[in-house]
Amino acid sequence: MTALLSRDIRLSFRAGGGAMLALAFFASVAALVPLGIGPDLKLLARIAGGVLWIAASLAALLSLDRLFQADFEDGSLDLIALAPQSLEATAFAKIAAHWLTTGLPLTVLSPLLGLLFGLPPQAYPALMLSLLVGTPAISAIGAVGASLTLSIRRGGLILPLIVLPLLSPAVIFGAGAVLAVLDGLSNGALGLLAAFSLVAVVLAPFACAAGVRLNLAG
Amino acid sequence: MNTALASLDVGDLACVRGSRLLFRNLYFKVEPGRALLIEGPNGAGKTSLLRLIAGFLAPAAGTIALHAGGNAVTEAEERGKHIGWFGHQDGLKPQLTAKENLSFFARLYGGNPAYVMPMLDWAGLLRAADFPVQYLSAGQKKRLALARLKLSNRSAWLLDEPFAALDAAGKKLVEQMLAEHCATGGIAVVATHEAISLEASKMTLGGNA
Repeated sequence: MTALLSRDIRLSFRAGGGAMLALAFFASVAALVPLGIGPDLKLLARIAGGVLWIAASLAALLSLDRLFQADFEDGSLDLIALAPQSLEATAFAKIAAHWLTTGLPLTVLSPLLGLLFGLPPQAYPALMLSLLVGTPAISAIGAVGASLTLSIRRGGLILPLIVLPLLSPAVIFGAGAVLAVLDGLSNGALGLLAAFSLVAVVLAPFACAAGVRLNLAG
Repeated sequence: MNTALASLDVGDLACVRGSRLLFRNLYFKVEPGRALLIEGPNGAGKTSLLRLIAGFLAPAAGTIALHAGGNAVTEAEERGKHIGWFGHQDGLKPQLTAKENLSFFARLYGGNPAYVMPMLDWAGLLRAADFPVQYLSAGQKKRLALARLKLSNRSAWLLDEPFAALDAAGKKLVEQMLAEHCATGGIAVVATHEAISLEASKMTLGGNA
């Protein structure tokens, strides 16, 4: 499993790997919004959490379509499927590698983008914490979509239609966690987000393995 | 490297792809230390037969029993754990070097990483070891995939058109590695169009099977 994890991480930083691309996409989308909305700091601070969460979801989607498809197209997936470890473990390693190369860097970058929105200092911990516990759900649910569409050419176009609706709870709780801090409310959203993320990460490898089996037989 | 005996027993096998029947009532046996060559026109189902044996496809009817590691293995996914796969796609990552590609599979298959460099040497790729695979020729990629098969340490080999894109020396390499593999008690099923200088059984798919 560590073999697959380190290989996927290495691949995502090589040419066409997509880790840097996702990060740049995240930054550009998030930077465009204040330009489009105008200098209303009060409004910007309130929408910051929501915008960053939407940008993070879209950025993670960019590299998801290659998660299984690239290995399927060059025949690597056949060889990986015959390896000693189960397909479930393989899927978990791939989800972990995706999160380490997209979700985690996005989380680290987010405070910098929060500055563009004039986010008050007390909201940064909630923003980062929500992304830290919530982005694994994006990788996990995204991987399920990727496993279903891996044999479809241009499957990346269908992927958002499958994945984005399923990500809505994460976006609601993630943005809600930041808003709750701004409004001085008690923060129940983080707990719900963590629960959602945990369930997604635990169940997704099984769904991914089923999706891969289905497509290898196709 | 490989000491495990293997044998394969296929009974009454049928394969349907899409809504087309590729073959049925297929019976054959591969005894330990034997190679089986599968011939037949394009579309006869050679690759499908290999994918059935590997456990990727479910048979429409029939049984595939593999004896390996001293046990009879019938469950498809268990069977896969004894299969050495050489498909017509090379399964190599163009962005990684030859050495990185091979090291990854050695680790994934629980093989010995110390064999990576000797295997590259065996395949005649020592000088290309640190080149990204995208700069290798089609024949060099095939050689790298052959080295990976040797490194996989599996007892039942499935090869799909191993001679495509290989030069005369490369072809000898395949024949030699097949002979060595069979000499240790392993088995090989090879789909090919080419004549091969190896003591092996032959089976032809297609026609009116």
